[in-house]
Amino acid sequence: MLDTLVAALRSLLPHDSVITDPVRLRTYECDGLTYHRATPGVVVLPGTAEQVARVVRLCNDFGVPFVARGSGTGLSGGALPREDGVLIVTSKMRAILEIDLANRRAVVEPGVTNLAITEAVRDRGYYYAPDPSSQQVCSIGGNVAENSGGAHCLKYGFTVNHVEACEIVTPDGDLVTLDRMDPGYDLLGAFVGSEGTLGIATKVTVRLSRAPEAVTTVLAAFESIEQGGQAVSAIVSAGIVPAAIEMMDALSIEAAEAAVACRYPEGAGAVLIVELDGPEAEVERQFAQLEEICSGAFELRVAAGPAERAAIWKGRKSAFAAVGRISPAYIVQDGVVPRTSLPSVLAAIDRLSAEHGIRVANVFHAGDGNLHPLVLFDDAEPGAGERAEVVSGAILDLCIEHGGSITGEHGVGVDKSRYMPRMFSEADLDTMQLVRCAFDPQGLSNPGKVFPTPRLCGEVPGVRKGVHPLVESGRAEQF
Amino acid sequence: MTTGVTIREAGADDAVDGVRPRWVALPETVEEIAAVLRDCAERDLAVVPVGGGTKLHWGTPPERCDVLLDMCCLNEILEHAAGDLVVRTQAGVTMDALAAALAEKGQELALDVPFTEGTTVGGTLATATAGPRAFRYGTARDLLIGITVVLPDGTIARSGGKVVKNVAGYDLGKLFTGSYGTLGVISEATFRLHPLPAARRWITAELDPAEVPSIAAALAASQAEPSAGEVDRPDPRGPVTLSVLVEGAAAEARAETLRALVGEGDVADAPPSWWGLISGDEVLVEVRFPATGTAAVLDAAAGTGLPLRGSVLSGRVLLESWGAIGERELAEAVSGLRAQVEAVGGRVSVLAAPYAGVDRWGQVSGLPLMRRVKERFDPGRRMSPGRFVGGI
Repeated sequence: MLDTLVAALRSLLPHDSVITDPVRLRTYECDGLTYHRATPGVVVLPGTAEQVARVVRLCNDFGVPFVARGSGTGLSGGALPREDGVLIVTSKMRAILEIDLANRRAVVEPGVTNLAITEAVRDRGYYYAPDPSSQQVCSIGGNVAENSGGAHCLKYGFTVNHVEACEIVTPDGDLVTLDRMDPGYDLLGAFVGSEGTLGIATKVTVRLSRAPEAVTTVLAAFESIEQGGQAVSAIVSAGIVPAAIEMMDALSIEAAEAAVACRYPEGAGAVLIVELDGPEAEVERQFAQLEEICSGAFELRVAAGPAERAAIWKGRKSAFAAVGRISPAYIVQDGVVPRTSLPSVLAAIDRLSAEHGIRVANVFHAGDGNLHPLVLFDDAEPGAGERAEVVSGAILDLCIEHGGSITGEHGVGVDKSRYMPRMFSEADLDTMQLVRCAFDPQGLSNPGKVFPTPRLCGEVPGVRKGVHPLVESGRAEQF
Repeated sequence: MTTGVTIREAGADDAVDGVRPRWVALPETVEEIAAVLRDCAERDLAVVPVGGGTKLHWGTPPERCDVLLDMCCLNEILEHAAGDLVVRTQAGVTMDALAAALAEKGQELALDVPFTEGTTVGGTLATATAGPRAFRYGTARDLLIGITVVLPDGTIARSGGKVVKNVAGYDLGKLFTGSYGTLGVISEATFRLHPLPAARRWITAELDPAEVPSIAAALAASQAEPSAGEVDRPDPRGPVTLSVLVEGAAAEARAETLRALVGEGDVADAPPSWWGLISGDEVLVEVRFPATGTAAVLDAAAGTGLPLRGSVLSGRVLLESWGAIGERELAEAVSGLRAQVEAVGGRVSVLAAPYAGVDRWGQVSGLPLMRRVKERFDPGRRMSPGRFVGGI
C-alpha cells in the first residue's frame, strides 16, 4: 500500500521532498520525548499549503494515517510518526509572509520559528508574546498544535489567545480558513491545542504585542521552598499580576549552577524569579510592593539592564537540560495544581521521592501552579527507570487529586493519553471525540494521540440529506 | 414529563423571537437538565435554553421550540478560589451578582456586559458578547477555563478545569462560547479572574470623526496601556465621543499621557453614561474590523443612518436602531455596509432584527465544518434549531 502511495507522492512533490531512505527516515523517529520512537513509513517536505492538501487527499484515497511535524521539539510525543503512515514535515514552509504593524499582526508559514517573529518586529517595538522555552527552534505550527505557553503566559496567555486566524488543511484535504473575526462556532479556538488531530495549520496569523515600557526582573533567594511559596501567595493577594513568577528548588539550582554557572545566591533553598512589566509608573509601584513582600528573602537581586536580566533567566531557562549534569537520566514532568495547593503538593512530592529513593528536582511556573518536576534516575541501575516512572505518574495523580491538570503546556500526545481517563470521565472524552469525528471521521489525522481509545465515528444518525426543507421553503438561510 | 423537575405551561411572554414554546422547564441541578433533555430526546421535542432572556431575540427565530429551558434556578456560585484567581459558577448566576461576590474579595471577571441587569453567565457565554475591555483582557472565550455542558441526549460533559494553564484534551469551552444554544446547554463555567485595579480613569473627548482613526492607532500602540477605547456616535452625521479607560497603578499619570494622545478631553473617575451599554437592540448590527479599516467603517456606518457605539481599539462596534426601520431599508443598509466593511477585511453580523429578509451573517469560510460539528453534537436538530449561522 505504502509503495503505491509513495509513487503517487513522488508525482505530486519535487524529488527531494519525498524521503524513503531508511537512514534519513530515522532522523524523524521521535520528537523531544525520545523514549517513544517509530520510523515513519515515508516523510514528505511540502513547500506550499496546496501541496500539504494534496498529500492529505492522497492519504485519504489510500486510507493511510498522517502526522504533522514542525521542529520536533514537543515533549509529549505529539509528533511521533506512524510506521504505516506519512510524516508531513513543515520545515520548508518558513516564510514570514506579511508583517502588518498597523493591525498588530503577522502572517507566517507554519515552519517559522516562534522567536523569528519577535526578531522580525522587535526593533519596531513589538513582539510575539507566547515564549515556550524552546522558542529559538520550535515552530509556530507546532505551537498552534500544542497551544504552547511559556514563562510569561501568567499575564499574557497562551498561543490560543494570540492567534487571529489559521489556514488549515482539514483531515479530508480541504483548505479552510478559520478566523476569529468570522461569525459562527469558534473552530479556531477548538483547533488550537488539538495536537494535530483536527488537521494541519498551513498559514498562521498571529497577534503582535506592543513591547512594555518598563521591565523589572527580580531574583529573590529564600532559605526554604515554603518561604518562596508564601511570597508567591503574597504577590497574588497584593493584586499584582507579574509577567512571570518562576521558582526553582535547591536541587535544580545545583544542576543549573553545574551546567551554566548561573551564580544564584549560595545556600538558597529556593529562588524566585519575578518579572514585572508594563507602564513605567505602574512597574515602579509594584516593585516597591514586591520588595516589601520579599523582605524575608536573604538576597534580592534586581536586573539593571537586559544583560543582567538574561543572567537571571539563564539558570531557569537551562534547568531542564542542566539536570543532565547531576543525573544520568531524567523524566521531565508537566502538571498543574491550583496555586494555593503548591505547598501541600510539593510536600507530597518530597514524600514520594523519599519513599521510592528517587530524587526530584522542582522547577515551576509558580504563578500559575504549573510544575515541572524533573524525576532523576540512573538508567544503569536495574529497576530505577521503573521507579522513576512510578514517581512521575504519582505526581500526575497528585495534580488530579488537587483539581489540577495532567499537562499545562507539553500536551497529551502519546505520553499521557493513558492518564486522560483519570482526569476526564468517559462521557467527557466521548464528547471531545464528537469534535474529532466532525473534523476527521476517518481518523487519519495523527491517530493514537490525545485519546486513550479511538472512537469509531460512523454515520451521523438522523442527519437530513440534501436540501433542508426549511431552506427549500425559503424559511431558513443557506450560504 | 420528567419527574421532579418543575414544568409549567408556556405563556406569550415565553416566546423565543416570536416562537412560542409549549412548556417551560425549570431545572435546579445539572442532573435535572440532563433528565429534561433525555425526555425531550425521547419525544423529539426542540429545546431553547434561556438565562435572563436579555438576548433571547438575538439570532434567527428557532425552526421549532417545544421547551424553554429556564436556567434561573441554577444560580449558585459554586467556588471562588480567591488565592487562585478562579471562580466556578452555575450558568444561571447573573453577571452583576457574580461581580458583587467577587468584589468582596477584591477581584473581578474582566468581562463587561451590555445590559445593566439580568444578564447571566450562560447567556453571556452563549452569545459571546464582547465589552470595552476586550482590548486588554480578551473576550469570554479567553477568560473561560472550564465548562460543564449537557448535550441534547442528556450526556453531561466537562472540559478544561479550574486551573488557568491546562492543555489536556479539546477545549469544549471555546466551541460552546458563542454557539447560541445550538450544541447543548451550558450549565457551569469556570473563569480566570483579575484583581480589581487600584484605580480607573476615563478620558473623554468629543472629536471630528476624521480624527478618530489616527488617535485610535496611537492609543492602541501606547505604552501607557489603556484597557479600552470606546466611541459613541448617536447622530450618524454628528461628532464622535471617544472615551478611553486606563486601569491599575498610577492610573492618573497614565491618563495624562493618554489625554495628550487624544489631544484634549476631561479625565474622570467614572465612565460616561453610555459606556459599554446597548440602548436598544430590536435591530443590532455588529461590525468587526482590523485597525486599518477604522476610517472606512466609520464612513460606512454613517451611511446606514444608524447610531454607532463600540470599541475602536479592539475593532468591534455595534449599530443600533433607535427609530423604526423597515425590512427592505435594513436589508439594503446591511448589504451596503457589508460590502464596504468586507473590502477592508472586516465582517458584519446582524445580531438582532425582527425580519427574515436580512442576510444575518454574510460569508463564513468554515461553515461546512460548523455544520459537521452541529450534526455530531445535535443530530436530531433539537437544540435551538435554526438560530445560528447558515440555519444551524
